[in-house]
Amino acid sequence: MTDERPPRPIPEADDASRPFFEGGLEGKLMLMKCSECGAWRLPARSHCDNCLSDAFTWEQASGRGTVRTFGVMHQRYHPGFETPYDVTIVELEEGPRLPTNLVGITPGAIRTGMPVRVDFENHDDVALPRFRPEGTQSNL
Amino acid sequence: MAHPLRGVAAITGLGMTPMGRIYKSTSELAADAVKAALTDSGLRKDQIDGLLINPGITGSTGGGISLGLQNYLGMQNLRLLNHMNAAGSTAAQMVQYAAMAIQAGMVNHVVCVFADAPLKDGSSAGAAYGGAARNPQRPKGMAGLYAAAGYFGANTPYALAARRHMDVYGTTQDQLGVIAVGQRQWATMSPLAQMRTPITIEDYHNSRWIIEPLHLLDCCLVSNGAVAVIVSSAEAAKEMPQPPVYIHGMGQGHPGDRGRAGSDWETQTGAQLAARTAYAMAGVGPGDIDCCQIYDCYTYTVLVTLEDYGFCKKGEGGPFVEDGKLGPGGALPTNTGGGELSGYYMWGMTPLSEGIIQTRGQGGERQVPKNDLVLVTGNGGSLSYHAALILSPHQN
Repeated sequence: MTDERPPRPIPEADDASRPFFEGGLEGKLMLMKCSECGAWRLPARSHCDNCLSDAFTWEQASGRGTVRTFGVMHQRYHPGFETPYDVTIVELEEGPRLPTNLVGITPGAIRTGMPVRVDFENHDDVALPRFRPEGTQSNL
Repeated sequence: MAHPLRGVAAITGLGMTPMGRIYKSTSELAADAVKAALTDSGLRKDQIDGLLINPGITGSTGGGISLGLQNYLGMQNLRLLNHMNAAGSTAAQMVQYAAMAIQAGMVNHVVCVFADAPLKDGSSAGAAYGGAARNPQRPKGMAGLYAAAGYFGANTPYALAARRHMDVYGTTQDQLGVIAVGQRQWATMSPLAQMRTPITIEDYHNSRWIIEPLHLLDCCLVSNGAVAVIVSSAEAAKEMPQPPVYIHGMGQGHPGDRGRAGSDWETQTGAQLAARTAYAMAGVGPGDIDCCQIYDCYTYTVLVTLEDYGFCKKGEGGPFVEDGKLGPGGALPTNTGGGELSGYYMWGMTPLSEGIIQTRGQGGERQVPKNDLVLVTGNGGSLSYHAALILSPHQN
C-alpha cells in the first residue's frame, strides 16, 4: 500500500474461531463438520444447525467454490476501503457460503456462477480468505 | 367453515406524527402518535388495556422506546404488554398478536406503537443506518468477516439479493426503476409523504450508485416519527367513529440462515409461507386482492414479494411490474402513499398505515377505486422475517 489509507477492519480470532483464522495462515480453509450427520458448517458454533449435535471436527475444505452473488460498493462506509469494490458471496463446494472479496479481477468482470478458488490474505495473527477466478495465479 | 380469527378483530384507530427530520425523543414521538390514535378512535386512555411496543433502529443504537413507555403514557392495569422485535415484520405481527388476544378474550383495545428517531440534527441519513462507525478495527470472531469484506449496512444484502434475481431470471435495472418512479407518482398525491417531486426513469438511472445494482432511488428513506394503531373487537368497532378495518387474514414466514447450504434466501422469501397462511385464513387468493401495501425497504423487495404472493410466477416480477401496473391508474395499485421509498420510513408501519387509510376509503386524491381486500406486508432483516395482514372494510 502506497497511500495513507487507514487499514480495513481485520477480525481477531476468538477461541471458537481460532482454527479458522489460524488455518488460513497455513493456507488451509478450515470449516466445521458435524460428526453425526456429516453436514459442513461455517464456524463458529457448537451445535450443528442441521441436527443440533455438538460433536464436530475441524476439516479442511477444498477451497473451491462459485460466486453465488455479488455487489459493487460505491458508498463510503469505512475509510479503509477504496470504492468501488466488490462484496461477494462465495458458495463453497461443501455448501456453506462466505462473505468475501475477489482478487485478480475487476468488479465489472465478476459474474454470478463463476468458479473461484480460495487465496489467503495474511495478517500478523490471522489470514482472511479471499477468492480468485479459477485458473488465475495468486499475487497476494 | 370460516377461520375462527377471520373478521373477529378490527383496526379502530390510527395516529401518526409528522415524518422526517422531527427532532423529538422516541417517547415523545410515541406519545404524540398514541394521543392521535386515541382521538381518531374516540377511546379514552383508560379504555386501553393492551400495549405492544416496537422500537426502530434506535432499539439497537440507543434511545429507542421500551417497556418504560407504559409509564411515559401513564397507562395503568394493562392486561397485555410487550416489547417486540422482529424487525420490519413487527408492525403486522403486533396487530396479529393483538387480534389473537382479543379473540381469546384477554383484552379489549390494544395500542400497537412504533417510534424511531435515528436522524440527528446535522448528520446524514446514511450515518443513521450505516453502522460502520460502530465497527471496531478488530471485530471478534467470524462476524468480523463481514466488516473485513466491506459488507456494511442493510444495503449490502439487498443488493446481493437483487443481483442474484437479475442473474437467475433476467430482471433488469429498468424494471426496478419502474417501481421507484411509480411510487413517487403516488407520493405526489400524499400530504404525508416526504418526497413529492416527480421523478423519471432517467432520474432513476442518474441517481448515484449506493451498491450496484442499487441506485440511491432504489433505497428507502430514513425518517424520525411514530405511528400508533389500535386494535379492537369487531363488535366494538361497529360502535366506534372510524370505518372498521377488519382483519381477514394473517400469516408469517421466517426462512432462516442465509449462510446455510441450499438457501435461496435471495429470491424465495418468507413471504411465500406467510402468503399461504394469510390467504387460507381469509379464504382468498392473489386474484382477489385489490390493492397492495408491500414493505419496500428497496425496490427489489417489492418485486420479489409480489412474486412470492403469487401475483405472477417466480422470476417474472420484472416483466410483471414493467408496464407500470403498480402506479396510479394501474391494475394493481401498490404502495399508494409512496411507500418507504418516497413516503416515510416507519418500518412495517409504513405499509400498515397506508393500508388502513385505503381500507377506510380515506385516501383522498390517491384513494384506490376498489378496496375490498388490501394486502399489507412487513419484511425485516435481510429478507429474514416476514408477516402479512389482509384487511377489508367488510366484516364478511
